[in-house]
Parts: sequence; structure tokens; C-alpha cells
Amino acid sequence: METTRNQASPQSELFTSFGRLAALREEMDRVFGSAFGPIMRSPGSFHRWSPPLDVYQDKDNFTVVIDLPGLKKENIEISLREQNLTVSGKRPIEEKTGEAGFRAERFYGTFQRTVQLPTQVDPNAVKASYQNGILKVVLPKSEAAKPKQIAVSVN
Amino acid sequence: MNDQLSTADRRQEMTARQPTEVYATPLVDVLSTEESVVLHAEMAGVDRSGVEITVEDGNLVLVGHRLPSDVAGEPIYVERTAVDYRRVYELDPSIDTAKITARVVDGILTVTLPKTERVKPRKITLE
Repeated sequence: METTRNQASPQSELFTSFGRLAALREEMDRVFGSAFGPIMRSPGSFHRWSPPLDVYQDKDNFTVVIDLPGLKKENIEISLREQNLTVSGKRPIEEKTGEAGFRAERFYGTFQRTVQLPTQVDPNAVKASYQNGILKVVLPKSEAAKPKQIAVSVN
Repeated sequence: MNDQLSTADRRQEMTARQPTEVYATPLVDVLSTEESVVLHAEMAGVDRSGVEITVEDGNLVLVGHRLPSDVAGEPIYVERTAVDYRRVYELDPSIDTAKITARVVDGILTVTLPKTERVKPRKITLE
């Protein structure tokens, strides 16, 4: 399965070098992988906003789960193109409250995640819900992609 | 004589220890106004029943227990962590610990720490 992480193109040169550093970090995370995992990731690093997602499957559905705490429903966008599910959204910078912040670790701005599902899904039956800061998208497998029991008669 | 733990024993010991030692560190914004310090901690999957806030030895301990997952099926790709959240802050003496308030909305824990009435500067006159 392939997933992609994207964020709106950086504007200043400073931002670009941060972006490169973030890419390097991401690469290191990939190399060292789950040995450290998200638990060890230091908060407030230069990481681009890439909300973590899980994909589950059972006989009938794929379920994509993404941690998106504190987002407004109208700021979440979900689209499906063939087998590619894309979830994008934003946390407007204006939502930062208070005047003098000592320390800001949370991500503001935009994010986009795309996940390629292993089989075809029924685009008309996709359902999404948002609760306790978790987005859940249920994608029913298309009839053709469902496993079938084939009875074999032995003569 | 055999005083070594078997692999199974050791594994069991590790699993038993896990819930108390492994936590995810939530991302937190700390904001300060004249009246209070406000923390916004990202705790996706936590509702009000899962929040534990304690003040001990001048430390503020925030713990968020996740609700059990209700997703059907087997995981085929995993990035999210299932462990609980924990973060500890040292409290400034100016915080009025009796008046701390908190709420959880959409997986964001907001903790408001009011500052005590500061003693105004006084002029001391010589006798």
C-alpha cells in the first residue's frame, strides 16, 4: 500500500530549508521505523503536518482512521478517485488563541494524505464520521472485489 | 539451580509493565494571558471520561486514556499509536492550583491555570 504526505508548497527560502530538514527527518523515521515510532518523536519539531492514519479491512469494508484533533467538520475534505482516498484539511492559523504564546507545538495550516486501497470500492457508499478528534472513513468493497466462496463438487 | 527467568516469564513481565510506562507525548500549545496560562493538548480519541489531571509536588500531570477502538476488521496499515497520552509540567508558583479548570472538545484538552492576585508593589517609607 502506498501513502503520500503533502503540504502546500513553502514560500520563503527559510521555509524551504526547514522543509528539507523535515524531509530528512521523515527519511530517518522511515529507516529507523517503528523501533522508535511516533512515541519517541520529539514534539515541536520541524515536521510537516502529517496526521497519522490506519487502514483496517474486513470482509466487506476498508476503514481509514485518521487522528485530527480539534478540526471543524467544514475544514475536512474527503475525496475518492478510483482506489485513491484523499483526506485534506486545514486548521486556520487564526484559531490560535491568546496573545503571548510561550510555546506552540501544534500544527496549523493545511495537510493532505492519500492512501491507495488494495481493491476497488463502491464510491456511492462511502461514509465518514468525526468524533473525539478522530476521522473515520468506511469504504465498502465493490461487489467484484469481495471474496467469494466457490463450491467445488467432487465427483 | 536455575535463577534465570524463562523467556515467557520475561515477556509476561514486560507486558505487565507496559501500561504504566509507555505513553505518547501529546502536542501542546501553551498560551499566557494576564489572568491565566492556558494549555491546549492534542489527545485524539480521548473524551472527558478518559482525562486525569493531578497536581502533585508542584507538578501538573495530564493523562489521557483513549477510548477503546470500535473499528471493525484487521489492521493492514498502521501509523497511529494506541497508547495513552501523558505530559507533565512544572507549575509556576503564581498559579492558583485550587482554581484549575479543564474541558475536552473534539480530542483537544484545554486546561486553564489562573494566576493568583499578585501583590502590588509597595513603597516603604523610612521612619
